[in-house]
Amino acid sequence: MSLITIKNASIGYEGKTVLSDINLEINEKDYICIVGENGSGKTTLMKCLLGLIQPQSGVISYGDGLKQNEIGYLPQQTVLQKDFPASVSEVVMSGCLNKKHTLFYSKKQKEFAAESMKKTGVYELRKKCFRELSGGQQQRAMLARALCATQKLLILDEPVTGLDPVASSDMYSLIKNLNKNGITIVMVSHDITAAVNNASKILHLSRNDYFFGTAHQYLHSDVGKKFMITDCPCDECRHNHFNGGAKQ
Amino acid sequence: MIEMLTEMFSYNFIIRAFIVGTLVSLCAALLGVTLVLKRYSMIGDGLSHVGFGALAVAASLNLAPLEVAVPVIIIAAFFLLRLSENSKINGDAAIAIISSTALAVGVVCVSISGVNTDLNTYLFGSILSTTTTDAIMCAVLAAVVIVVFILFYNKIFAVTFDESFSRATGLKTGVYNTAVALLTALTIVIGMRIMGTLLISALIIFPAVSSMRICKKFKSVIICSGVMSICCFFIGMCVSYSLDTPTGASVVIVNAVVFVVFWIVEIIKSKCKIKK
Repeated sequence: MSLITIKNASIGYEGKTVLSDINLEINEKDYICIVGENGSGKTTLMKCLLGLIQPQSGVISYGDGLKQNEIGYLPQQTVLQKDFPASVSEVVMSGCLNKKHTLFYSKKQKEFAAESMKKTGVYELRKKCFRELSGGQQQRAMLARALCATQKLLILDEPVTGLDPVASSDMYSLIKNLNKNGITIVMVSHDITAAVNNASKILHLSRNDYFFGTAHQYLHSDVGKKFMITDCPCDECRHNHFNGGAKQ
Repeated sequence: MIEMLTEMFSYNFIIRAFIVGTLVSLCAALLGVTLVLKRYSMIGDGLSHVGFGALAVAASLNLAPLEVAVPVIIIAAFFLLRLSENSKINGDAAIAIISSTALAVGVVCVSISGVNTDLNTYLFGSILSTTTTDAIMCAVLAAVVIVVFILFYNKIFAVTFDESFSRATGLKTGVYNTAVALLTALTIVIGMRIMGTLLISALIIFPAVSSMRICKKFKSVIICSGVMSICCFFIGMCVSYSLDTPTGASVVIVNAVVFVVFWIVEIIKSKCKIKK
């Protein structure tokens, strides 16, 4: 049984349909990157997975013991978080609120939060003020919060936007590590090169159509070739590239 | 100084106003933190103008002021919250339209019914206007606000910090937003007659903004705002009594002075940090 199954779903916003007839499965330990042009429905699809909006038709079902509110979500940062007075541990702890309908944090939840902070390397910063951290540190704190909410699936919305190259590659290796330790990753990204290098599967959305397959299949698909600026280094592709060059 | 205080608190109406003012300041400060952080500061201002309109209409029709103002302002609170959430309509412009319309209706009503002296009282507040009913209502409201803040503190933090994350993890953010809007509306109705419709929103905005200058944790911002707001009200009232100035305006000026002081402290602090 897969974690999430999407059957014949149509999604859209404000009454318009962006994508129709989507059928796909997200399995345990997948690392899926959702790519595509602006307005192709990446964010809308992600919001449907999170239950923030409903699909216009079709079904999204959750399996393998995953509940909809047990998805760890790393949203894009909003303007109001830039000057929000809160300590890192306050921010991270707020990820624990989906566990039980408790009003206050239990000792167990505090330990779990501490563990999440250690996993993303912000434990030493836990008493610092969130708004005084660097962009990369803030993003890692938000990732720790997402980890508090889940043990199975993380959905990341453009996690490296606004980060410098070093912080970006740190973030990618952190995500890869989490995936190796058994957490399923679904990431919306514009960074197609990093997506192909890191993800095991690519979901490419284009207007009313989509491609879903492994990263390798993607590189060999028409849509993938069009979208990738760099060429696939495998022999077959080099050959094609060489032929293409010769024709000109 | 002590003589002045004993003299001041020998008047029943001052004790009443003091109780109401302190409790309203506390509620406004607590609610203000989430409102300011969510960029909803103007909702407080909009609501107080609507409250003025409602009071003026009630006075010119000879109705009980609170019984008209409370339902009107609660409806307005829901409406303003919807407007701010709906990205299609420009939220702040809509609030400005509603508040100026309500103010205009109020002014017209007052001038038609010919009770001009009341206009000043409504706009700038009067310490004489609090009744025992106000004091009781205020105590109940303050109790509700404090209990809500203690019990749902973690959830209020989560919803304030990141609404979409909270919704994704199963929190009913709409319920919390509505609760905050409702409590804000009630705080404004009760506080409006001491502070004045034009000045009540200062009680919501100032404590939060000042505390944010020097506090780095959400918890300390909340506690600092509450304490600061009560202190400012007390000082403002003493100033108003000894200098014979309007209470609402004096309280706002004290708040403004504290804001400037906190701001300077923040600047000095950050400069010290750079030097280190």
